[in-house]
Amino acid sequence: MTMPGRKVIMNFEVTPTSHSLEEYRARGGYATLEKALKLQPADITKEVTASGLLGHGGAAFPVGRKWGVMKPIPGEIHYLCANADEGEPGTFKDRWILENAPHLLVESMLITSYALGVRHAFVYIRGEFDLPYRRIQGAIDEAYAAGYLGKPVFGTDFALDIVVYRGAGSYVCGEASGLITSIEGRKPYPRNRPPRLTVRGLYQKPTVINNVESLANITGIIRMGAEEFRKIGTAKSPGTQLISISGHIAKPGVYEVEYGYPWAKFLDEDCGGMLHGAKMKCVVPGGISTKVLTRAEIEPLTLCHESVNPAGSGIGSGGMIAIAEGTCMVRLLQVLLRFYHHESCGQCTPCREGMGWMHRIIDRIVEGKGVPEDIDRLYAISAANDGTTICGMGDAAGYATVGILNKYRDEFEYFITNRRSKFDGRLECLA
Amino acid sequence: MKHLIPEFEKMKERYPEGFESSLVLPCLRRIQEDRGFVAEEDIVALVDYLKVPRIQVEEVLSYYTMLRRKPIGRFHLQACRNIACSMRGAEGVIAHLSRKLGVKPGQTTPDGTFTLTEVECLGSCGTAPVVMVNEAYHENMSTEKLDRLVDELAAGVRAGGK
Repeated sequence: MTMPGRKVIMNFEVTPTSHSLEEYRARGGYATLEKALKLQPADITKEVTASGLLGHGGAAFPVGRKWGVMKPIPGEIHYLCANADEGEPGTFKDRWILENAPHLLVESMLITSYALGVRHAFVYIRGEFDLPYRRIQGAIDEAYAAGYLGKPVFGTDFALDIVVYRGAGSYVCGEASGLITSIEGRKPYPRNRPPRLTVRGLYQKPTVINNVESLANITGIIRMGAEEFRKIGTAKSPGTQLISISGHIAKPGVYEVEYGYPWAKFLDEDCGGMLHGAKMKCVVPGGISTKVLTRAEIEPLTLCHESVNPAGSGIGSGGMIAIAEGTCMVRLLQVLLRFYHHESCGQCTPCREGMGWMHRIIDRIVEGKGVPEDIDRLYAISAANDGTTICGMGDAAGYATVGILNKYRDEFEYFITNRRSKFDGRLECLA
Repeated sequence: MKHLIPEFEKMKERYPEGFESSLVLPCLRRIQEDRGFVAEEDIVALVDYLKVPRIQVEEVLSYYTMLRRKPIGRFHLQACRNIACSMRGAEGVIAHLSRKLGVKPGQTTPDGTFTLTEVECLGSCGTAPVVMVNEAYHENMSTEKLDRLVDELAAGVRAGGK
């Protein structure tokens, strides 16, 4: 979707053939790889660190700091994984890259692998993705045929193999250590840290796992240089964010937003405002695991980490969901808790038991059988999960729950007292 | 499964050495694509081929929601019911499909043509509601579009086509 501001990723016109190698090359594709191979590997990591690029998977961890742990030592085995297990509800931005700019990801993975001393890299893609899989596999096949993959490239001794690894339906595989365990051919139980995955990752070898969008930025950063890159966005959030917006919004889709763009303007003008001219109740900023913010709360904010984080939420995965007035937040939380319950991998007791418990409570409330203590119980279970599980999923379910309870407690009380929804149990936006 | 071994050997070439264990999931996916589900004899053959413990194959097979040990209908309709789809009418879509096919989610029509499943987020929130038919995403679904889709698929089966 079109958006004002500078672009790093969505900077070309999408046509039925724009994802091909031929057209990617015509846009200057793989020229940055050639440039990168003339640099020392450590200089690339230095450039990425200087760019201030923050991870786009949800946690906004500085990419350069993650890379910095891994020193390319000749003879030592390192792995790189692109995390394309896009499963955070509301998020569909990586899919845009896989479908429309697969060669940008391949070129970026080549540059990254050279920087980190990687010989074998993986794209871990969620099992349901069909077209995105065919596009990225197609691009990799083209890159093999063109000699960018599988053998030494541009007269250097650097060569890379990329394997596309398809998941088979599991949210936890999006968590970096779960992803690695999945590639090892086992149930994707996340792992305790330390050791960090950059110290002991895939098959105990140092491994960098970066989100697809984070990696897709690498080519641009090396092409323009860190200094130019930092001119995009804000001082604390350099660059752009792909925002996938859905829900009760007039023009859902993927937008590349320069960090620092006014949030309300983005929703009202670029996304065409709310569906059927409805009034906006609240918005999920970046995937359901980030806390909802009311329309009034977002009014003064801009889309960057330093503006959204102090408001008690986060840009997260860029999976934004707009929610109209008249939506039943109790039923909405029911949908979320059903999801978390379904996706808990079952390794840690607080999450395995807590998700089921919260799901049963919310089901009971929606059936009209809730009791006043249920609200406190949801708070208590959320608190018990926080920080007591190996991965962040247990925490995230609690954040989502507390975020909704704090702001819409009256709807839960109404539901429990009157044994029915304040808003007819509505999830859709009325015309 | 044995006829797939040449394919598996080819797949292996792009993996680093010592990654046999990693092949469990892709092999299971391929077996299911071939047979429609993973049979007991496939498990035995895969254990023998990859030299991994049987418990590992069982573990993977039982964990991932897309893998199954029993056959299902010819067309697997997977309707998303997560937040974005629900906000755009997924509940109505699923109820309509259920009525039209005469089965509840999780069931297969008696003639073995359709299996209806409710699933969580498919990563297609901007084009909600979404229904998968086997591998393919069908986006921005409405009851009218579903009627057309299901009728066409059923007509294709009656005509003996694919």
